Amino acid sequence: MFSFQVGSLLNIVLILGVVLTLAALLIWMERRLLGFFNDRVGPNRVGPFGILQSVADVVKLITKEDWVPPFADKLTFIVAPMIIPIVMLLSFAMIPFAPGVGIIDMNIGLLFVMAMAGLASYSAMLGGIASNNKFALLGGLRAAGQMISYEVFMGVSILGVVILSDSFSLRGIVEAQQDGWYVIPQFIGFIVFMVAALAESHRWPFDLPEGEAEIISGFNTEYSGMKFGLFFVGEYIGMLLMACLIPVLFFGGWHAPFGLEFGNEIISGVFWMGAKTMTFVCFFILVRAALARPRYDQLMSYGWLVMLPLSLLNLLITGAIVLIQGS
Amino acid sequence: MSVLFYGSAIIAVLATLLVITRTNIVHALLYFIVSLLAIAVIFYTLGAPFAAALEIIVYAGAIMVMFLFVVMMLNLGQVTQDQEKAWLTPSVWIGPSIMAVPLLVAVIYAINLNQEQMAHTVVGGKEIGVALFGPYVLAVELASMLLLAGLVGAYHLARK
Repeated sequence: MFSFQVGSLLNIVLILGVVLTLAALLIWMERRLLGFFNDRVGPNRVGPFGILQSVADVVKLITKEDWVPPFADKLTFIVAPMIIPIVMLLSFAMIPFAPGVGIIDMNIGLLFVMAMAGLASYSAMLGGIASNNKFALLGGLRAAGQMISYEVFMGVSILGVVILSDSFSLRGIVEAQQDGWYVIPQFIGFIVFMVAALAESHRWPFDLPEGEAEIISGFNTEYSGMKFGLFFVGEYIGMLLMACLIPVLFFGGWHAPFGLEFGNEIISGVFWMGAKTMTFVCFFILVRAALARPRYDQLMSYGWLVMLPLSLLNLLITGAIVLIQGS
Repeated sequence: MSVLFYGSAIIAVLATLLVITRTNIVHALLYFIVSLLAIAVIFYTLGAPFAAALEIIVYAGAIMVMFLFVVMMLNLGQVTQDQEKAWLTPSVWIGPSIMAVPLLVAVIYAINLNQEQMAHTVVGGKEIGVALFGPYVLAVELASMLLLAGLVGAYHLARK
């Protein structure tokens, strides 16, 4: 029960604790890194290097008045912010961190993560429609359109990996990358997945559902206090999830690059998995600092006219090559 | 497993009843999503994890999102809620109830007929793929033709 086995209590407590702590730390890290990219300092007052900034933010959010607008649909308004943190944390159950480190290992792991990512869009949509505010409604509409479109080719782009590894289980996919990472044969799939991951977790430059220059704050305009905080935390857990999925699917998960393994396989695995995840987290933040937001019609035509054909072509070529090699 | 099955079955039935009786369309949709999730759990307990995942991805994750999208576009307010209330008078329930009773009797009879233990085999994704593109390939192709026709039709209607 207290050993490093998939599904042991130790694993569950450690993974939940680390993910929640990291999600809170990410908010500080993002603001700090953005500060450096923009030639500013960023938050540096609370604790050493400002590391306790998130704690201060949470205290501030919790002590605020928990207000539901009188014109809002009360049930939906309260349910909406709870959905995104729950489904994102549920997805973490499937992520394999190292040999023997993980919460559950199912043969439909990848499908489960896709299903939960699909459910996450309800948070923005229900928040938008329950607020009874035109800006919130516009944000919710944008979120719905964006999520549906980008989910389609997100699903198609990972099918190449599934064909190569012959498995829907995330652990199986990592184990199949023992001899070579899938980023090389599946480079197009990786690029498409990366863009879709940014759009799914509505990170910059795909944060049109809350584009504050046009629609105040989008779907969360009417939210305040910890309800707003839940949207925010859910978004950061989602970003962490996507940054975990990219190494698992394309960069060999816990396998060390260039044979740089050390210690026992759990320590080395967790180290390399963490290092790869953090690299992609930093990349997401760099993208936010570097790119401007597209117009909504540009976003849609980019998705349907460029990304979808590209991912279908990738699937077709991968399938054909595997079929020829197999026969 | 059977506790999970009966629990999610009760949730599915209750949630579906609430879908019909709610007059607020967003609340009805919320209960519909709960019902679909409960059905996914039922699929899982019956040994069909692939069907369970697809139930969530396709129905709860895509079709219900589309419904909600349309609801947002239509801007249904208090007027439709009152209309719905006027429609759902007690006398409306009589006809459907009379017709539903034979179905209920048939279901109970069918459950009692098959008393031996249900065979519990897990059907994975690979088996479903082999079945779809083996014996049922014609049905798959016909379904894809139907979807294509729907797509072309939607494009034609939206072009005006």
